[in-house]
Amino acid sequence: MLTVDNIHVYYGSIHAIKGVSFSIKKGEIVTLIGANGAGKSTILNTVSGILKPKTGSVMFQDKNLIGVPAHKIVAGGLAQCPEGRRIFLQLTVVENLEMGAYTRPGNELADSLADVFDRFPRLKERRNQMAGTLSGGEQQMLAMGRALMSRPTLFMLDEPSMGLAPLLVQQIFSIIKELNDTGTTILLVEQNAQMALSIADRGYVLETGRIVMTASAQDLLHDDNVRKAYLGGT
Amino acid sequence: MTFLSYLISGLSLGSVYAIIALGYTMVYGIAKMLNFAHGDVIMVGGYMSFIATAHLGWPPLASVLLAMVVCTALGIVIERFAYKPLRAAPSLAVLITAIGVSYFLQNAALLIWSSNPKSFTSIVRLPSLKLFDGELTVSSVAIVTIISCIIIIIALTFVIGKTKIGKAMRAVSEDKEAAQLMGISVNQTISVTFAIGSALAAIAGVLLCSAYPILMPTTGSMPGIKAFTAAVFGGIGSIPGAFWGGLLLGMIEIFGKAYISTELSDAIVFSILIIVLLVKPTGLMGKKISEKV
Ligand SMILES: Nc1ncnc2c1ncn2[C@@H]1O[C@H](COP(=O)(O)OP(=O)(O)O)[C@@H](O)[C@H]1O
Ligand SMILES: [Mg+2]
Repeated sequence: MLTVDNIHVYYGSIHAIKGVSFSIKKGEIVTLIGANGAGKSTILNTVSGILKPKTGSVMFQDKNLIGVPAHKIVAGGLAQCPEGRRIFLQLTVVENLEMGAYTRPGNELADSLADVFDRFPRLKERRNQMAGTLSGGEQQMLAMGRALMSRPTLFMLDEPSMGLAPLLVQQIFSIIKELNDTGTTILLVEQNAQMALSIADRGYVLETGRIVMTASAQDLLHDDNVRKAYLGGT
Repeated sequence: MTFLSYLISGLSLGSVYAIIALGYTMVYGIAKMLNFAHGDVIMVGGYMSFIATAHLGWPPLASVLLAMVVCTALGIVIERFAYKPLRAAPSLAVLITAIGVSYFLQNAALLIWSSNPKSFTSIVRLPSLKLFDGELTVSSVAIVTIISCIIIIIALTFVIGKTKIGKAMRAVSEDKEAAQLMGISVNQTISVTFAIGSALAAIAGVLLCSAYPILMPTTGSMPGIKAFTAAVFGGIGSIPGAFWGGLLLGMIEIFGKAYISTELSDAIVFSILIIVLLVKPTGLMGKKISEKV
């Protein structure tokens, strides 16, 4: 479904991504784990078209995404729920969700809203509130709901558990698992490697702009190096 | 009675400032730039209406439409060729470019229409209103100007608050990257913003020239600066701020001229701006600084 081949991404003279390749098959949950600054968000933003790689290719459903502007990539079925949520604080909850459906035909809106409210009942209660008044957990749900409004076939999430209480983290991850069960392919970026690997099929380990290891989620969970570096194990 | 008459003049001039300030503030809110060429678009609007009525014999309303169409196109072209290439450039570079565009428009007008002032015939051809047994005369232009401004602010509030493009504008204003992740084209949204702002500038130009009928290549610059002041006064980026800022500025100017000093009226206007900014740096209705600018 998604094939990233040997991309190099720069911020000015900073060489942030140094030849990364990975792929995701339809129906999988794939996780990208790595420490802060490893380059995870840079990779997602490159796939989303916000950043342009200097070299390399990104293929999504047999279409080359390089050179396609970010706002056109969403319409193709690839949504990103960005790090730090990035919801529109000055818009209401419903308006945020409407923005998520920006590329969709207007007659779908009611159905999509109903779907998202089904999944996140809290958002329904707060539908006319300014997004800035929501709690952290609610904001994360809004960010996810908003991305889902575009009805993605591939859903990329950048650190959805960041800053949330353990109970909320559990909830967010079970929603991700549910989404996957109902047919959405997932690319999950996390520093919380334990949680991410527990729901993922496969994982890639990223260190300073390079993939240093890839294996099934089970194997990564039991790998000594991974345990030491990312799972707080010994 | 004279007080009432000053009040109406103030409201009318303030309405023109408000209409111009709305364009300034929208462009600032969404593209995060000060479009100093905005005032000169007003002048172009004035000339378009002048040509249509004086040379082509068009009816007044048709001349307004022509002015709006030409200014809208001009706004889009300016944005596309002067500002879009600088989207990632430092804001100082954008500012200097905007000043350059302003001079370009003034000089182009000088070449085309020469520096001879044209005497503009008001597009409002109705008789003035006589009230209180003829003690108070209200010009029809003033009334049309005030009503136009009210219609514009209501329409604009609706467009920005309720329509899809309006919501997209607010989303882009808050977070361009997140907006792109929603599938919103930032370029297109900015382009629409310039189009709306420039169409408003055309209306302001025609109304301004109808009230103060001397049309020259520099006609737009002083009202442009005043309207910019009004936008800052009200809180740049805020739509209601531009509206109230414009009205207040117009009234301060007229009352200052009437009761204090004709020569000092501009100085009074700018002194009040400085005082407001010292007390409340974000302007009367400005949003908190916390939003990254
Ligand atoms: N806007 C930016 N400008 C310059 N350098 C950046 C920018 N964003 C990220 N970087 C650098 O790129 C590297 C990867 O960052 P990022 O992709 O955000 O990592 P992660 O998401 O894994 O924490 C880091 O070294 C970071 O400092
Ligand atoms: Mg990150």
